[in-house]
Amino acid sequence: MHAVEMKGIVKRFADLVASDHVDFNLEQGEIHALLGENGAGKTTLMRILYGLYHADEGQVFINGKPAVISSPRDAIRQGIGMVTQHFTLVPTLTVAENMVLGETGSVMINLPDVEEKVAAASERFGIPVKPQALIRHLSVGERQRVEILKALYHDARVLILDEPTAVLVPQEVDVLFKALLRLQQEGLSVIFISHHLNEVMDICGRITVLRDGHSVGTVQKADTNQKQLAKMMVGRESFGVKRQDQRQASVSSCLLSVQNVCAVDKKGLPALKDVSLEVHAGEILGLAGVSGNGQAELSAVLCGTQKTTRGKVQANGINLTNAEPASVCAAGVGRIPEDRHANMVGELSVAENLVLDQLGNFVKNGILEQDKIQKNAKTLIKEFQIKAAPGDRVRTLSGGNMQKVMLARTLSQNPAVVIASQPTRGLDVGATDYVRSKLLEQREAGAAVLLLSEDLEEILALSDRIAVIYAGKIMGVLPASEATPEKLGLMMAGSTD
Amino acid sequence: MDITLFLIGLVAATLRVATPLIFGTLGELFSERSGVLNLGIEGTMFLGAFVGFAVAATTGSLWIGLLGAIIAGMLSGLLMSLLSVRLGVNQHVAGLGITLLATGLSLYSFRLIFGESKIPPSIEPFPMLNILPESNPLAPITNQYLLTYIGIATIAVVWWVISKTRFGLQIRAVGENPEAADAAGLNVYAIRTRALAIGGALMAVGGAFLTLAQLGSFTFGIVAGRGWVCIALIIFANWQAVSVLWGALIFGGVQALQLRLQTLGFKLPYELFLSLPYVVTIIALTLAGRNASAPSALLKAYRRE
Ligand SMILES: Nc1ncnc2c1ncn2[C@@H]1O[C@H](COP(=O)(O)OP(=O)(O)O)[C@@H](O)[C@H]1O
Ligand SMILES: [Mg+2]
Repeated sequence: MHAVEMKGIVKRFADLVASDHVDFNLEQGEIHALLGENGAGKTTLMRILYGLYHADEGQVFINGKPAVISSPRDAIRQGIGMVTQHFTLVPTLTVAENMVLGETGSVMINLPDVEEKVAAASERFGIPVKPQALIRHLSVGERQRVEILKALYHDARVLILDEPTAVLVPQEVDVLFKALLRLQQEGLSVIFISHHLNEVMDICGRITVLRDGHSVGTVQKADTNQKQLAKMMVGRESFGVKRQDQRQASVSSCLLSVQNVCAVDKKGLPALKDVSLEVHAGEILGLAGVSGNGQAELSAVLCGTQKTTRGKVQANGINLTNAEPASVCAAGVGRIPEDRHANMVGELSVAENLVLDQLGNFVKNGILEQDKIQKNAKTLIKEFQIKAAPGDRVRTLSGGNMQKVMLARTLSQNPAVVIASQPTRGLDVGATDYVRSKLLEQREAGAAVLLLSEDLEEILALSDRIAVIYAGKIMGVLPASEATPEKLGLMMAGSTD
Repeated sequence: MDITLFLIGLVAATLRVATPLIFGTLGELFSERSGVLNLGIEGTMFLGAFVGFAVAATTGSLWIGLLGAIIAGMLSGLLMSLLSVRLGVNQHVAGLGITLLATGLSLYSFRLIFGESKIPPSIEPFPMLNILPESNPLAPITNQYLLTYIGIATIAVVWWVISKTRFGLQIRAVGENPEAADAAGLNVYAIRTRALAIGGALMAVGGAFLTLAQLGSFTFGIVAGRGWVCIALIIFANWQAVSVLWGALIFGGVQALQLRLQTLGFKLPYELFLSLPYVVTIIALTLAGRNASAPSALLKAYRRE
């Protein structure tokens, strides 16, 4: 009998299918990994199990019995606990107060009593917490322990951890793994969400891989290896657009050079360690890597939204080390950022968004030249096949059309260097092909394109040369002719041979 | 002129002026600690003043009048909840809308019930308590309305509810982090709704104090911006029940002082006196408001997929 069984789960967000007939089962007392790239639908599936989302279709069985879970309260009653990616603790309350938040019962709360029970649970499960401490005084690692203990305090028999290691330093990860193994011995079943292959191989017994909302399959750890998992995780049906010829990059001039760049992430930990890259005119350099290995920081550094702690960035012959976004733009660097929503103003029209980063060209005496803006919009809408009118608000556009607006804005300024981060994430096949063909067009036109993507297929289809980033370090650069998914997969997993 | 007499009179008046502010601010405290800014307070106080008066005048019982005000205040809180919590309407818009609605409704009903007579209708208001005999020099301070004592006691009760009870913990949780409260299995909507209903009732009592105790009649300018003062006081009090007392006393004190100085015949423009309490409030707010920490989820509607 399975501790949890999910059958044919479907969840749609507007026209996006985040969970497409997914089957999943969890055995009693196992640690089961849910592996997949960002956006694969891991969180969605688990939020459904915990009652935070409602599935459009499908059934859930707990211990073999059909279960209706319409809110976290139901899930907790069924013995399911979840530690969400963003912690759900009230920072102004104490650890003990957070533990009893969802309980009903007496008017008064006997806090000393609760604190004693929390201390006892902490002792029993080997998860140290201070019951009287205010959450806001705790470190991230400590908060995570509180979250785990909170679930156990409510007698969880199934524990869901959503990317628990994303917020931890390696030493804390070791402590977490020890705690999980101890819980497993106590008979708990654990669902461990991650996109790190090595972690999954470290601690889990079985692994279910999700990709684009589908379940690719479930494998036993003993029957698999990192290479196979990498392939299951990133492989996707081939798209039509492909680079045709192979460039001899060294013959053309270097337009983007990154030398020994170091930077830290939001927690102040090193995210980029001595990164050096060169991108030449007329080539696409693909940067492959599992997400969270420094790609976001590198892209931010190159776009001028994050400072380096060391190193040098030069584009088009201009020194752009720690330059402001405006200077980056002026130096002829076109940016296609990872999060298109954050880089457009949803409430403004398509026409207005199309000129947002070059307003100087569309203003006369401090007044917007509406005619010119509208004309510009009409031209670009036609050229980039955007399915929208100039006056439509950008937030009403589909992901693909929004990305086309982004492309139009960036590429219409004829950049010498293009930084494209995850340019096709979340797009359908048609839009993906379109975006890829546009990037190849830039390459033909002689621009230097840096393509950061977690989609190995995409990297292989477009790049002239491929660099792999792992844990903030460049593991190596291969010409496309020598790169195979297997070779890259190993490098992406941090293997050096 | 006897300085002691002057001070005794000042303290007595301060307590009287502070009473509706205490009720109003405590009501706002409930709403805001649960994450909802209720700008319906001005209208809800006005509604409380009217309903209290109208019910008391028709039934002849001041206590039934007070009960009527409490029910009206709860309904106003529930309407706020329907708009801002259930339907997710912007809290500013919903609150101001309720103030307009409650004010208009009260005025309209007042005309319907009492017509437009030259002499405003009046009732026999609550008497002052007789704790010390008239002869005692401290009598003006102790011999307040019962509602003033209830108001001060309510501060302690609200403090207890918010910081010691399960309901209080839930209010604080939905006001600080509704996602966390939801994930913990709480019903965010229900808790906010209850907090708003209790808050509305307290605001209405603040308004009813004016008609049922202080004045014994209902006039159109009766609330005169006291609701907005409460909005400022809650920031001054840093959302802490006990500090509400100090805020209300400071504002009440300056208000009482300016009234007294006017009657003593100080030769200053009278508008200057009138503005004094507001000027002091603004100064106190700038000083206290700098390290004020509002509930994190204030103004944010909560939605789940
Ligand atoms: N609340 C939501 N509204 C709209 N789209 C969502 C929402 N939650 C997730 N999605 C979308 O569903 C897809 C799967 O997301 P998610 O389950 O968070 O992936 P993962 O956890 O594997 O990274 C993504 O494309 C994401 O943008
Ligand atoms: Mg996720």
